[in-house]
Amino acid sequence: MSTATAHAPDEVLLAFARAVRAAGVAVTADRERTYLEAAAQVGLAEAQTYWAGRATLCGSPADLERYDQVYAAWFGLDRVSRRSARDRDHPLTQASVEPAGTDGTGPVDVEEDETVRARASATEVLRHRDLASLSAAERARLATLFASLRPRAPRRAAARRAPARRGAVDARRTLRAQLRRFGEPAPLQWRRRATRPRRLVLLVDVSGSMSGYADALLRLAHAYAAQGLPVEVFTLGTRLTHVTRALRQRDPERALVACGAVVPDWSGGTRLAQGLGAFLDRWGRRGMARGAVVVVFSDGWEREAPQALGEQMRRLRGLAHRVVWVNPHRGKPGYLPVQQGIVAALPYIDDFLAGHSMATFEELVEVVAHA
Amino acid sequence: MQAREAFASAGELAERLRGTGYLADDALATVAWLALRLERPLLLEGEPGTGKTALAEAVAQALDLPLVRLQCYEGIDATQALYDWDFPRQILHLRAVEAVAAQRTTDVAAVEDELFDERFLLARPVLRALRESPAVLLVDEIDRADDEFEAFLLEVLSTWQVTIPELGTVSAATPPIVVLTSNRTRELHDALKRRCLYHWIDHPGLERELQIVRTRAPHVSHTLAEQVVTVVQGLRTDRELVKPPGVAETLDWARALHELGARDLDLETAAASLGVAVKYREDAERVRAALDRLLAR
Repeated sequence: MSTATAHAPDEVLLAFARAVRAAGVAVTADRERTYLEAAAQVGLAEAQTYWAGRATLCGSPADLERYDQVYAAWFGLDRVSRRSARDRDHPLTQASVEPAGTDGTGPVDVEEDETVRARASATEVLRHRDLASLSAAERARLATLFASLRPRAPRRAAARRAPARRGAVDARRTLRAQLRRFGEPAPLQWRRRATRPRRLVLLVDVSGSMSGYADALLRLAHAYAAQGLPVEVFTLGTRLTHVTRALRQRDPERALVACGAVVPDWSGGTRLAQGLGAFLDRWGRRGMARGAVVVVFSDGWEREAPQALGEQMRRLRGLAHRVVWVNPHRGKPGYLPVQQGIVAALPYIDDFLAGHSMATFEELVEVVAHA
Repeated sequence: MQAREAFASAGELAERLRGTGYLADDALATVAWLALRLERPLLLEGEPGTGKTALAEAVAQALDLPLVRLQCYEGIDATQALYDWDFPRQILHLRAVEAVAAQRTTDVAAVEDELFDERFLLARPVLRALRESPAVLLVDEIDRADDEFEAFLLEVLSTWQVTIPELGTVSAATPPIVVLTSNRTRELHDALKRRCLYHWIDHPGLERELQIVRTRAPHVSHTLAEQVVTVVQGLRTDRELVKPPGVAETLDWARALHELGARDLDLETAAASLGVAVKYREDAERVRAALDRLLAR
């Protein structure tokens, strides 16, 4: 290695590992050790150390991209020629948003920072939300209100059978009880299917038309996420953003601030169908939506073709166990579901609920718990 | 440790894998070779149909080792991965002992010991791999299993031993070669990832895919193979497809067309056999519409 003239090879490699860590890849001490071991095995040929580092220091496709960048900077070698087709086909960096028509939403390029690069149009507004507008008293009041909600996950049958008071006769336990009594007849034991929490997916529309509700809806989502229930939360606007990790923090204020930091399209336009499609391609079809209860919080204002929304809802309905649509405007007197988007989506919705007040949130919690 | 040191370099491993019909590129061969050398599990991620499972099979074949496969699913637990006691047989045994004991007295402790004997033990994949080691243990679609199972697997992968309270500890003389695959439906826990060497498998490029088709389906005519691969590569660039075809689909399609008697790809047979490569109704319509354009190239 030409850069290693002044230093021992292991020093160079270790320093490189540190640089990779500085770039945001979670390189731990044991990974560094494995890297050095691997490098010792493959020798210091340039291509070999590249692959050895890639395999030992990285843990996800997002890491690979960062690794490549640091590698290029560190060793002064451009690995583009050896990079996989995937990287060339779908650029992972988010430096710029290409105009509509040149590049669509791919299932793979999402992994960079879990933000889908949906097609950009001139009207896309990238705004981070400002939480400072709430007064301290308002915050405290909201916190107590949401703390009073008791969200429960829906249940589903598990493969396991568990002892129960009724159900089918549990031959094993009955026999074991009999063995304990040296073969004397014992009371019959019963068992039935155990249950386990069903996955819950919350898709929250954070576009401009929902701006008055987005904050409350995310608090509701936080009430689910912070409890450690199997829940996944996404925001929908002009982009699809995975915010589960941000919402997992216990403190709702911190969670919302973290959430505000990752969502790039607060109060922008809506591309409901596209966001939903991206969710289904990237996450839903691979398993997240399968058998899950999916709750969509949106007013159904779809700028683009409403048929596309209907089509995506049909796909969602085919995967999910139950689809719940929460429309904050539904609770208003005189509301009729006439927006084109909602009309297209209605045939594929199991429960159509309002979501504009605490009372309706309580109702939603009940519906979800029994879904 | 002979199996792990059978290859002096990654190139040699790639050569042997080629002998089994698996074409690994430099990257994959290097990583797989490192996994053998460093005794680390190999974690493979990538789109479905890119040959993650096939690699484990090829490694087993190349090293002439038994392949033990553990297919993960939601709700899988230790009794399905490790071992279980054959309860009905134990009861049967007790009855038999009872019948014999009617004639003469038996030692109770001895009978109890017999109950938890080897012959009543149902060895599940992980235990089997530890016992048969050197072997290749394939943990397929680990992302489908639950978090708890991951933690449990982590324990086995770091100690290479399983403790059965009634029998004692089973440990592998040589750690088995472990390959984990994941479709990335969820993020795996970092602790597990840290134990493993990580590699993302991509769809192969035109050249390589063509080689793969020629190796795996040698009877398919060269023109046909080339055309099929070109069309499939074209399809993969179409971002609107619900599920772009993987290498497995390419192979199936080439074989199907060959069975239909095609020497080269024409619109009619392609459209008729499309169901082999494209498995969604929406996709099929889209592809049928695009076939003209793709075939014209």
